[in-house]
Amino acid sequence: MTNSIYQQVEQQLFEPAGLNESKLDQVFSHLHGADLADLYFQSTRFESWMLEDSIIKNGTYSIDQGVGVRMIVGEQTGFAYSDEITFDALTSSAKAAAGISKAGQSASVKAWNAKEKQNINALYATDNPLAMMTEDEKVALLKLADKEARGASPYVQQVIANIAGVHEHILIADNDGNINVDIRPLVRMNITVIVEKDGKRESAGTGGGGRFGFDYFTQSDRIREYAQEAVRLALVNLDSVATPAGSQTVVLGPGWPGVLLHEAIGHGLEGDFNRKGTSAFSGRIGETVAAKGVTIVDDGTLENRRGSLSIDDEGTSTNCTTLIEDGVLKGYMQDKLNAKLMGEKSTGNGRRETYAHLPMPRMTNTYMLAGDKDPEEIIASVDNGLYAVNFAGGQVDITSGKFVFSTSEAYLIENGKVTRPVKGATLIGNGPDVLTKVSMVGNDLELDQGVGVCGKAGQSVPVGVGQPTLKIDGLTVGGTEAQS
Amino acid sequence: MNTDNNELIKTELELRELSEKVLKLAKKYGASDAELSINRGTGLNVETRGDIVDKLEYNRDQGLGLSIYMGQNTGSASTADLSEQAIDDTVRAACNIAKFTEEDKYAGLADADLMATDISDLDLYHPWDVSAEEAIDIAKSCEAAARNYDKRIINSDGASISTYSGLSLTANTHGFTAVVPSSRHSLSCSVIGQEPGDDGMQRDYWYSTSRINNELEDVVAVGEKAAHRTVQRLNAQQISTRQSAILYSPEVARSIIGHFTGAIAGGAQYRKSTFLLDSIDKKVFPDFIHLHEQPHIQQAFGSGYFDKEGVATRNRDIVVDGVIQNYIMGSYSARQLGLQTTANSGGTHNLTLDSTGQSFEELLKQLDTGFYITELIGSSVNGLTGDYSRGAAGFWVEKGEIQFPVEELTIAGNLIEMFKNIVAVGNDVDLRGGTRTGSILIEGMMIAGL
Repeated sequence: MTNSIYQQVEQQLFEPAGLNESKLDQVFSHLHGADLADLYFQSTRFESWMLEDSIIKNGTYSIDQGVGVRMIVGEQTGFAYSDEITFDALTSSAKAAAGISKAGQSASVKAWNAKEKQNINALYATDNPLAMMTEDEKVALLKLADKEARGASPYVQQVIANIAGVHEHILIADNDGNINVDIRPLVRMNITVIVEKDGKRESAGTGGGGRFGFDYFTQSDRIREYAQEAVRLALVNLDSVATPAGSQTVVLGPGWPGVLLHEAIGHGLEGDFNRKGTSAFSGRIGETVAAKGVTIVDDGTLENRRGSLSIDDEGTSTNCTTLIEDGVLKGYMQDKLNAKLMGEKSTGNGRRETYAHLPMPRMTNTYMLAGDKDPEEIIASVDNGLYAVNFAGGQVDITSGKFVFSTSEAYLIENGKVTRPVKGATLIGNGPDVLTKVSMVGNDLELDQGVGVCGKAGQSVPVGVGQPTLKIDGLTVGGTEAQS
Repeated sequence: MNTDNNELIKTELELRELSEKVLKLAKKYGASDAELSINRGTGLNVETRGDIVDKLEYNRDQGLGLSIYMGQNTGSASTADLSEQAIDDTVRAACNIAKFTEEDKYAGLADADLMATDISDLDLYHPWDVSAEEAIDIAKSCEAAARNYDKRIINSDGASISTYSGLSLTANTHGFTAVVPSSRHSLSCSVIGQEPGDDGMQRDYWYSTSRINNELEDVVAVGEKAAHRTVQRLNAQQISTRQSAILYSPEVARSIIGHFTGAIAGGAQYRKSTFLLDSIDKKVFPDFIHLHEQPHIQQAFGSGYFDKEGVATRNRDIVVDGVIQNYIMGSYSARQLGLQTTANSGGTHNLTLDSTGQSFEELLKQLDTGFYITELIGSSVNGLTGDYSRGAAGFWVEKGEIQFPVEELTIAGNLIEMFKNIVAVGNDVDLRGGTRTGSILIEGMMIAGL
């Protein structure tokens, strides 16, 4: 089985170009003096379909392949890539990347140990998700989404539905002679609806996905659930009132609100910022940065999840890395370069958008473990506050530690009860101390639905988040209404 | 220089041949019409930090994007691999997709009589023949200027030089084909400051960008500006929740125009997903607001004689005396709305918001007491209702003078009201992007903090 992954990848990436291990030796001979050098071969097939006005309006298919050549000397990285996989292109990319090193000592590649190395623990099937359904079946998914959404409420005016799938073949060869391969499926579906009632309009979207085939969407009424959820959310927002402005107690629902963790602490614990000392968390391992009972992990090993990888983009197996344990900062997320410079080991968080980008430490699935409180009890404990259950996204300044995330479904809590929905608002806080204000942790850990995208330094990668219901005593809410 | 020109001419010929081949293939595989874009370019990106070259990256990009029509059915495909086999696969894929999409009466190329015929040189192509060593030296001296500016600059995210030049081709089966060479260079620096004895750090940056490398801002000035901006932010405080006027610096004021252009985009109009629905001839700004598009400015980033569909661009007014003149749309949205394309398929071409004449200092005086914003973070902007809420940092101003830096605040309002409540547009225009505006002063916002 594992052999067949290797053969499939080799067939896809090496055979058309006539590449083999002795040709790789010749390429690496240009990368003399590297502390680390690697070649990242990738081929990607992408397909998407879009429905609007109840018709299948467009579809797109794309082919992308290439190879990135990286050479690291000390803290310095040289990089070049080619969108042709040929021996000549590899050679000229290697020569360009080697421009980082002026003093060339000889460093030869050891024996290639590809065959043993690719004994990876595969977290997803390797079948092509794009080929598992016919085009008629794929567009039928969108037709169903349209029908379910329009059927859910007479107020639905517009439905926009998308599906997209990716099939990637990856091979990473490094100067230690390791060859690692992976075949990665990834699909997602998004449904956006616009509702109109009494002259007021609102829109909302939902979706889901992960590392499997499009058939995921045909299982257990999934599309109906997405469609009904999008319509419910839009109708809730039709009735929303102004959000109170200022610092207040905030209860976050389970699942997607975990974007809080991604922004507030996740980015700040990426190895590159900490190696450079530019993060608000730099040099703080062992310090208390969250309330007791708060444990947060980054886990790339969850089967079939959008943020998971069998191996990262440097060939390291992914891990479940504890970032914060019972309130204490435990560790950073590392790629090879930053781990080495900090005297640590890669945690399997070296990721890159494509062969044309350099890897850096990135999150996979970041979530907080469950506590012991009943979510009802948490809400009942709040006199006046905000209950935020859906979020649109967030951002962080890792140096000052200030982060934001924006609600897409939130309600007032009045006298221990969830009451009126409020308009979308941005919440702002300080990463290193927001989790010290966590006063209750629910027993209802959930992960998100599988549509998350994280952007860093111009590179986007798929990620996941999750958390149980959380109570935070004091977060600034960007509303318009002065609090009484 | 001569060899460069020969190389350019050769690449242009290659792209034209490729384009012709792709359009022919599309017809062969059953397309009634097709449109495409092809780009090819090279670049160098150098990032230095301290004495070290953090990254030395060579970029070489190419790609083909194709849309085909079979009657009223559409299919799209793209590829970065321009080999014969990949091109054939790509065209087949687009044609195959069109067999499964449905008839859309609004689909198709823009009208043939709208195609641009006068395509003059806009002087957008000035490749920079800089070696890696030279680029490294420039980045190092930029960062050194920032580090030496103030002893409170304690760390750095580094300085970078990037340069890119290439060709882009646009073509369709009306017989329209055009190739435009262009270049873009930039220099940027980002440094970190800390007050002695304080735990908190602040970071800020500055950058300069131009199509012509000689017109980049002085290397030392870029570094010093980055350092100055960082040092100014030290000891930032949170303030209490209150109503206030807000002065947006030119860098962040651009986003206000972005919210407006998003709301009058053809797609938002025909989907009825905008808070400015059916707004042609409606007054949404004060009398003094004039917004116009100037596609033919020499050397500017947003310049072009045609849009993605080949439609000729022209100077036009978008807002006159606060009144919306027309939307921003390509031919698809225009047909949905029963209107004519405004040559904005792919975006706008140099938008300018005219100043009301005040300098930055005069605007501070006019603000008197309030929040001067230099950074926005995160975004909660509802396109259907105009509800607006964002994270912000900047300075607290009293009696027309900056008092102290502020952070960890949010600002909120509704864009419909915010547009009406604009009281001034400064003459301190930021020319670094496709949208040109000075500082914008808006009254009646809610600030949330402590």
